[in-house]
Amino acid sequence: MKPTAITVSELNKYIKNKVDADEYLNNVYIKGEISNFKHHYTGHMYFTLKDEKSLIKCVMFKAATSTLTFMPKDGMKVLILGTVSIYEAGGVYQIYCKAMQEDGIGDLYKAFEELKEKLEKEGLFDKAHKKKIPIMPNTIGVLTSQTGAVIRDIINVSTRRNPNVYIKLYPIPVQGKGAEIKIVEAIETMNKYKLSDVIILARGGGSLEDLWPFNEEIVARAIYASEIPIISAVGHETDFTIADFVADLRAPTPSAAAELAQVDVKEIEEKINSYRNRFKIALKKKVEYMRLRYEKALASKVFKEPTQKINEYYMNIDIKLKNMEVIVQNKIKEAKLKATNSIARLDTLSPLKTLVRGYSIVEEKGKVIKSIKQVQENDIITVRMYDGRISTKVQKVEE
Amino acid sequence: MERTNSFEENMQNLENIVQELEKGELNLEDSIKKFEEGIEISKKCNEILENAEKKITILIKKEDEITEENM
Repeated sequence: MKPTAITVSELNKYIKNKVDADEYLNNVYIKGEISNFKHHYTGHMYFTLKDEKSLIKCVMFKAATSTLTFMPKDGMKVLILGTVSIYEAGGVYQIYCKAMQEDGIGDLYKAFEELKEKLEKEGLFDKAHKKKIPIMPNTIGVLTSQTGAVIRDIINVSTRRNPNVYIKLYPIPVQGKGAEIKIVEAIETMNKYKLSDVIILARGGGSLEDLWPFNEEIVARAIYASEIPIISAVGHETDFTIADFVADLRAPTPSAAAELAQVDVKEIEEKINSYRNRFKIALKKKVEYMRLRYEKALASKVFKEPTQKINEYYMNIDIKLKNMEVIVQNKIKEAKLKATNSIARLDTLSPLKTLVRGYSIVEEKGKVIKSIKQVQENDIITVRMYDGRISTKVQKVEE
Repeated sequence: MERTNSFEENMQNLENIVQELEKGELNLEDSIKKFEEGIEISKKCNEILENAEKKITILIKKEDEITEENM
């Protein structure tokens, strides 16, 4: 009997049905290491899961990838829940992944929480210990991988904010065994030689395992001991590491760290300008205010009254002077009148007037002779006339 | 280090001077003094910003020695 040949498709279909009928293969829980990982542009993930001896092809369709809490990549140890089935067209069997988790993650989480609690109790996260980040650092030290997007992002953001920025990159391995030792060494060296005014400790996103160096106790202690302020920017915004808790400032991303470490020079220049304007306005206001005060003061009674008073005084003095003048003049007049009267009276009494009328005064030795009895014959007597005197001798005295 | 400190101090000084001037409690002479001081400090700040030089370097550690190379 000639056997009937079947087609390849029929065979593959047959095998597929066999496999699909196996309940155990419908829900396998398997662990292994990822290799040959490809994230297709359609959103599906293709990779190989392996251990020391064998490997199996895996596919994770886009719909299932939305449940992932990490980005799978080569070398990562994972736990997978999936279905083993046959890809008929390729004649290969593979795992169709429904869910994937990082292997050993439970242990890491436990270690993370324990260390976090321990360091928190010790006060390594205390706000009081956190140093101020300088707003205008001379130099920014960047501790990260020399290759990759992180350093480029930091340089881009920093130079955009300050075209004259001074960045010193200290290359460090950011994952893998021994990375923590290099990170500690870098922090210590930066401090020992005072190589910058601020440090950015940065790393791109990754699995908890990748970020693990930043969860190491020695790194935490080195950050705590650093005299140079440290900004941590490890992983994505949602990733928190021990380094983030100890650092003086935590930035959600490396780009954000660059923004926090470097002021925007344009902004600062605008601020300085606005200060200058405010100085000018304030001074102008002051001068204006002083001018108004001056004018107001000048207009006030305090300044007006004294001049008025002085004028009044002057007026008083003038009036008094005038009064005095009048009084004095009156006095003079009075005196003159009195004098004239006296003189007039004197005049009438004056013997001279009588003399003018033809009378004479007879004197002897200065004595007025009023009687014949006062003279004898031959006496020398003086006859006073109004215009002179005559000396004569008495010839005869008769009664 | 010096630039960092002086810059922050200067910015703080500018802020203080603005506040003092805007309060308007100083007499005219002191106001003018403060104004001049403020303008002087703002000039210094601008100088610091303008005189800095762009530099991006990579630190290389060999044993106990650090060398700096342009990137």
